[in-house]
This record gives sequence, C-alpha cells and structure tokens, in this order.
Amino acid sequence: MRPVAVIGIGQVKIDEHWDLSLKELAGNAVFAAMQDAGRARVDSLFVGNMMSGSANRQQHLGSYIADWVGLRMHEAIRIEAACSSGAAAFRSAVMAVASGQLDSALAVGVEKMTDSPIAEITTELATAADADYESDMGTSFVALNALVMQRYIYEYGWKHADFANFSINAHANGVYNPFARFNSPITLDAFEKAHVVADPINILDASPVGDGAAAAVIVPLEEARSLNHTCIRVAGSGAATDTIAIHNRSNPLWLKAAELSSKQAYNQAGLSPVEIDLFEAHDAFTIMATLSLEACGFAEPGQGPRLAIENQIIPAGRIPISTRGGLKARGHPVGATGMYQIVEVVQQLRHEAGETQVPDARVGMAQNIGGSGSNIITHILVRED
Amino acid sequence: MEIPRHWRLKKQRYALVGEVCPHCEAKIFPPRDVCPHCSGEAKTPYQFSGQGEVYSYTVMNDAPAGFEENTPYTVAVVKLAEGPMVTAQLTDLGAEPVKIGMPVEMVTRRIRSDGNDRGMIVYGYKFRPVMQ
Repeated sequence: MRPVAVIGIGQVKIDEHWDLSLKELAGNAVFAAMQDAGRARVDSLFVGNMMSGSANRQQHLGSYIADWVGLRMHEAIRIEAACSSGAAAFRSAVMAVASGQLDSALAVGVEKMTDSPIAEITTELATAADADYESDMGTSFVALNALVMQRYIYEYGWKHADFANFSINAHANGVYNPFARFNSPITLDAFEKAHVVADPINILDASPVGDGAAAAVIVPLEEARSLNHTCIRVAGSGAATDTIAIHNRSNPLWLKAAELSSKQAYNQAGLSPVEIDLFEAHDAFTIMATLSLEACGFAEPGQGPRLAIENQIIPAGRIPISTRGGLKARGHPVGATGMYQIVEVVQQLRHEAGETQVPDARVGMAQNIGGSGSNIITHILVRED
Repeated sequence: MEIPRHWRLKKQRYALVGEVCPHCEAKIFPPRDVCPHCSGEAKTPYQFSGQGEVYSYTVMNDAPAGFEENTPYTVAVVKLAEGPMVTAQLTDLGAEPVKIGMPVEMVTRRIRSDGNDRGMIVYGYKFRPVMQ
C-alpha cells in the first residue's frame, strides 16, 4: 500500500435547495474540488449516498453522477452505509489509490432530502435500523437515540442541560461557516426550552436534515508533494461494524465500533488521542457526540458530558469538535455528512478555517457514524510541511 | 405493504419465539441461528415467557409515516427475563409514569395499519405494566 493525500476539496452550502437536483448538488461539490485540486480529470468516482432510491427515485449514482460531471468512461460506483456513506466513499477512494489500482479518485457525498415529505424522510432514515425489530415497532431514528440517552442519564446521573454545550459550541462555530445550514448561535435557555421530539431528546439536541454535497480529490502522496499545495496526508483509516439493532448490544451505552475503528486509525497513524488537535465528531445528537468522545479515548465511560461542561470542545479547548458547526449546525444531509467532515478537517489543517481555526492544527480526526452506531468509520489526516 | 415480510415473522410477533443455544443454553431473541455468546449453531426454537423489565423508554411526539395517529406513544427497550433485550411499544399505561426497571409483560396488539379499508393490519407484541 502506498500513502495517499487529499489535494482538493469542495462543498455546497447545506440548505433547502429547491432549485437544485441531486446531480447538480453533487456536481457543484465535484467541480469545486477539481478546481481546488487544479485538475480537469480523475481516474474514478466514488459516490456516498444513503437514500436516493426512495427520496429521489434515482439509483445507480455511479454512472448518474459521472455522466453529469464529465467523467463518462471512468470507473464510478455508489457506496451506501447509511449515515456513514460519506466516509465509506472516502475510504473506498483512499483504498483504491493506496492499492495502486487507480492513480486518482474523487469521493463525493451527496444527499437530496427535500424531494420527499418530511414524514417519508423520517421513515427512510429509520431504514438504517433493523426493519423487522426496531423500525416496525414505530421507532424513529430520534427515538433510538432517545432510548440510549435516557438510559445514559439514568446510569451516570447527568441532567439534560449537561449536554447543552455540545449544541451551543456547534452553533457558535457554525456562525462563521458559510456552508453551514445554520449561522445563528443558540443559548442555554433556548436549549432547555426547545420542543421535545422523543424524550429526553429535543430539537436542539438533534441535527437538521438538508440538501448537501461535499467532495475531495485523492492522489498518491508522492504526487501531492510535487504540487504547490499544503499537503494533507491520509494517515489513518479504520472501519468497524456492530449489531444493526441497539437492543442486541451487550452494552448499548458503548460504541464498540467507534472504539475499534478509531484504534485502527490511531495505530496506522502511529498516534494517540492526546495528539489529535481537532475532531470532527458525528454529533447527530448530543448523546452520540458524547458516546463518540468516550469510545475514541477522549473521556472515560460515562464522562463525555464533562468535556462539554468544561468547554474542552471549543476551538481553543483540549479536543475541539464540530469546529465548522458539526452535524448540529452545519447540518446532516446523511450520506454527504462524512465528506463534509473530511473537507472541514482539511480546511483546519490548511489553516483556512477563519474565526474557528484551531491554533496550529496539524492532526485532525473525523468519525462518521452509520445507523445507531452499527457502522463507524474513522479517518486521521495529517498536515505535512 | 410487504405482506410476506410480516407473515414470515408471525411466530416472533405473536408468540416471542426465539432460539436456545444447544451448546451454552443462552436464550436468543430475535432468532439469528448463530449464538451471539459462543458462536455455535443455535436453531432450537424457544418460546420466551414474555416477562421483562424496562431497560429504557421514550415518548414519541413526532412519528414516522404510518404511526402518526398513535402519537404520543411510548417505545421501550425491554430486558426479557431470559436475558435478551427487545424494542417494543408500551401499552395499557395508566396514570403511573414509566420508569426504568418497571416490570412489564408481553401482550398482542395492533402495531399499525395501512390506512385504508383494504389495507393490511400488522399485529405484534407490545408490553404492558405487570398488574400488581
């Protein structure tokens, strides 16, 4: 295997894009990434997407997007791993170039969610869980996370307000990200009084859906070094699965797949959690950010909320998360989210993150969580000078 | 709606039929034919008692398509007396609030219907508080 690097990134603002289709969203991110990379062609296209078949009545996104962006005759496939589809596409692209089989790859995550009514989207999101034994019982995706959060609060004795800073930090950072769904800060008071979706999760614990696409160009490290770019090396890539249903886990409060995939990434990179300068965590819900921080070694089991309470997760803190808004404020267009995380880590490592720049960031981690923790993919990127 | 998929699950939905591992005697629900504890083949049917306790719960205020008419309703993870956990709705809740650790028992109820006169009605397990 040869080392690889990211030489171009592109993204579109996450929003309700009534005038843009699935392929146009993907195309805009792809063209931005190609322009950033300074190249007109790549060997291959890996499309991360969760629900285009049901939400947009369009499958076969490999050919569909390749055709639209002018990559006809090139290899192109779609990768699906629920909410972790974005990172799965990135990892596939990384492995393809690292193996030597391909000399360049473009990974794009895209989700076009406003083509379907919201109740249908809620149902489609629930297909990431076990259809027979979770979704058919009337559980939404929010409900599954609520079941975990309720038990977590019960076992470890936290209050709902102890999770507030996860969302407050995300929104504070999203103010400065022109690609974020929300550019407005929120207060503790607003957090505590927000509409409860599924007790104890309220609307400000939860990330918003939206239309979005983000992309990255991957080439061998040797080629990247010859370019006039800040070189961002993919130092670690790990992936692991867990039971599809939460009720089948021996400990539903521990993201085993996050622990395993982060350990793979740490080992490949030769790094430990204390050496991570920033972490784009999968804060789909405040409880998920909590469990991710614990499983990746940034907090003891049951102590994740302490990092938020003590403001260790802000850009100047010990382990900054959601530095560009996270899923909570940047938005969560499910199959695109993992690629937004990669794009944002690259921005941080290039020192292009503006007001929410993490000082002297050199090592960034991104973790994309599929389902209720049943498919988790972790990447570590390192700035080379 | 997908009739064969629901028909295939009738033993699980109506009678909580899972499996017991012939090697380590672990009780398994839902059935998965391979024991999650010892990894041995486990295809021996086993009917669960339906007794359990609430491991966690939530109240659904915003429901997925097909469940809107039931809101608000309570969903729980129930730890069965034999060991495994299962996700299900709670029903027959009186004035007493749901609590973690509360004893519950399985009952058969309407889970959802297709929403028109000719549509399929899906029945299955829910759990209710154990009568004191």
